[in-house]
Amino acid sequence: MLFRLNNENLGYDGAAVLRGISITVSAGERVALVGESGAGKSTLLSVLQDRYGGNTALIPQEPGLVRSLSVFHNVYMGSLHRHSAAYNLLNLVWPRQNEIKRIRPIVERLGLGEKLFERAGELSGGQQQRTAICRAILQGGDAVLGDEPVSAADNHQSRAILAALSDTFETIILAMHDVDLALEFSTRIIGIKDGGIALDAPAGDLTRPDLDFLYRD
Amino acid sequence: MATVPGISAPTAPRYSPVVKTSAAFVAVAAGCLLFADISITTLDPWSEMKRIAWGAVTPDFGAVAGLGMVVLQTIAFALCGVALGAVGGFLLSQVFHLGAVRWTCASVRAIHELFWALIFMQVLGLSPLTGVLAIAIPYAGICAKVYAETLEEAHLPALRSLPSGTGIVSAFFFVRLPDVWVHIKNYTSYRFECGLRSSAVLGFIGLPTLGFYLETAFSEGNYSEAAALMIIFYLLIATLRYWMRPKLVGLYVLIAPFLLGGGAAIDMSNIVRFLTVDVVPAPLRGGGLLEGRTWSGLGDWAGTLLIDQALPGMVATILLTQIALVATGVLALALFPLVSKKFFGPVTRTVGHVFLVVMRSTPEFILAYIFLQLWGPSMLPAIVALSLHNGAIIGHLVGRFSDEVRLRPDSPRGINLYGFEIVPRVYGQFLAFLFYRWEVIMRETAILGILGIATLGFFVDSALADIRLDRAIFLIAVMAAFNVAVDALSRQIRNRLRLSTRAGQA
Repeated sequence: MLFRLNNENLGYDGAAVLRGISITVSAGERVALVGESGAGKSTLLSVLQDRYGGNTALIPQEPGLVRSLSVFHNVYMGSLHRHSAAYNLLNLVWPRQNEIKRIRPIVERLGLGEKLFERAGELSGGQQQRTAICRAILQGGDAVLGDEPVSAADNHQSRAILAALSDTFETIILAMHDVDLALEFSTRIIGIKDGGIALDAPAGDLTRPDLDFLYRD
Repeated sequence: MATVPGISAPTAPRYSPVVKTSAAFVAVAAGCLLFADISITTLDPWSEMKRIAWGAVTPDFGAVAGLGMVVLQTIAFALCGVALGAVGGFLLSQVFHLGAVRWTCASVRAIHELFWALIFMQVLGLSPLTGVLAIAIPYAGICAKVYAETLEEAHLPALRSLPSGTGIVSAFFFVRLPDVWVHIKNYTSYRFECGLRSSAVLGFIGLPTLGFYLETAFSEGNYSEAAALMIIFYLLIATLRYWMRPKLVGLYVLIAPFLLGGGAAIDMSNIVRFLTVDVVPAPLRGGGLLEGRTWSGLGDWAGTLLIDQALPGMVATILLTQIALVATGVLALALFPLVSKKFFGPVTRTVGHVFLVVMRSTPEFILAYIFLQLWGPSMLPAIVALSLHNGAIIGHLVGRFSDEVRLRPDSPRGINLYGFEIVPRVYGQFLAFLFYRWEVIMRETAILGILGIATLGFFVDSALADIRLDRAIFLIAVMAAFNVAVDALSRQIRNRLRLSTRAGQA
């Protein structure tokens, strides 16, 4: 298995948001975290990132871009750890052709091809989100952790993004607000409510009404 | 009127800490005025003023021989000094978390460029290096601080999403630096504008920049020539953004060193003598370090210096600083409406802008020099010069800030708008700017002593004239310590009053 939490209390600065959490995620699973906003999905993801960040790509909710750099540079950042500092600086000042060739298909697949050399700060919210996804795709690794990565995308784009992530990462854990999309895309649903895990089942065993209770007071 | 039972209405107004602090500073300044030496000692200031005014409207650009070269050299000194200072400051900002670095930077920036120039003059003579180092060293200190603080504000979420294993160099250049690059660039170009002023002023002690020709013109009464020099200087600063293009900076910096001109050859033995003999307190020279007599001599030396020179110099510096600080504040509050859209139309605002640009582009030192020619030596020329220059800077910033205030449609007009709507809203910002300037005003006050006002600079200048370098260094160190203390006090007051602003440019 790739991720494991065993009866843990999770939270910031000692204040637990989630209590008694036990999860095991194995390679090959596609997990959707669902629940009301503020339920603790982000907390869970950031704990997993802190513990298992080694070979895991991250798509934060706030896309975490450097606004003054281009889309190319922001995506290139996903490969900073693979190159020497000197090569990275060279690309910062003067992007190399082979890096552009590597990055172009990734951004084109998510519809950002024409924005490759525009500054991230000038993009729309959805385009920034897709830039962050491209960075995670270039980074690659065993798994990806995404906090609402399709919150600013329409249905069609969302499916394209999820397909691209599935092609790159064997294991995926995403916080999602669109329950139908979560059921369609994931192999396993984890529902969070009242500071704990209220539901953990294979997506195939569930239908939409089974999840409604997560969003009820 | 019905009142809520159990809650009695307060009968007297309660003043906020901000108002109380302001009142305290005004009271202190009023007290200082009682002891300050303020007088006009020249016999006929009016006729001299008329001649200067006449010169100002009849500038004579032909009178300055080699005007082009003067301008180029003024720019070249600023470029070399600021480039060296900015690069040095940038490197220091990377280790700014070390206490020793922070303290060193605080001390070097507490010493005015002119003092640095006077020190280097003893070691290197009147060589270009003297001018370049005099700008570079204090600027490195201030840049290190501002760069370090700016870099700390860099956006952290982007750092978090970097792949693990990213090297610190790559993370720095891809995330931290780009995020704050605009601020660093803006601040550095602001520093270059300051560098032009510093470079011009360095002419007053003999370097071949604008100040040198300005002083000559003034002392010979050629006010039309002086006016031409000042106008050239204003044009230089006003057009800065047209010729100081980011793409050309590299080229400029490469050319600049060749324009500094030659100078006295640097004499190694001078440097050695300076470091091993001249700066050593007189009683220690030649005296046996184990003899009690040497050390009691040193005690007497330091005691006499402290009581006879440092103390009166410091008292005068503090008096002048506190008066000038409050005068600056009053002037800034009076001037800012001139450039604010809330108060005046485009015509008045343009006049206001020109006045403020001229005042803030003229170095305090040059303003003080001019007023000194007019009124003779007392604290008056210094107070007027400092408050005009600094008042114009703060007035400009507050005016710009007031433009952003959103008013309700039925807000009052004129003086009521000023008193009830605008000033209360901009006052915190104004006070933050003013407290940032406090330390600058003090540093400038000390240096005005060179012009004959009895602040610390006067005693430093006298010690240098007597070739008593040990005393000069001692006095400069005392001044630097005071400056660091004022800086710390200002920060404490700002924190207590919760005044904060991106005041890198103040």
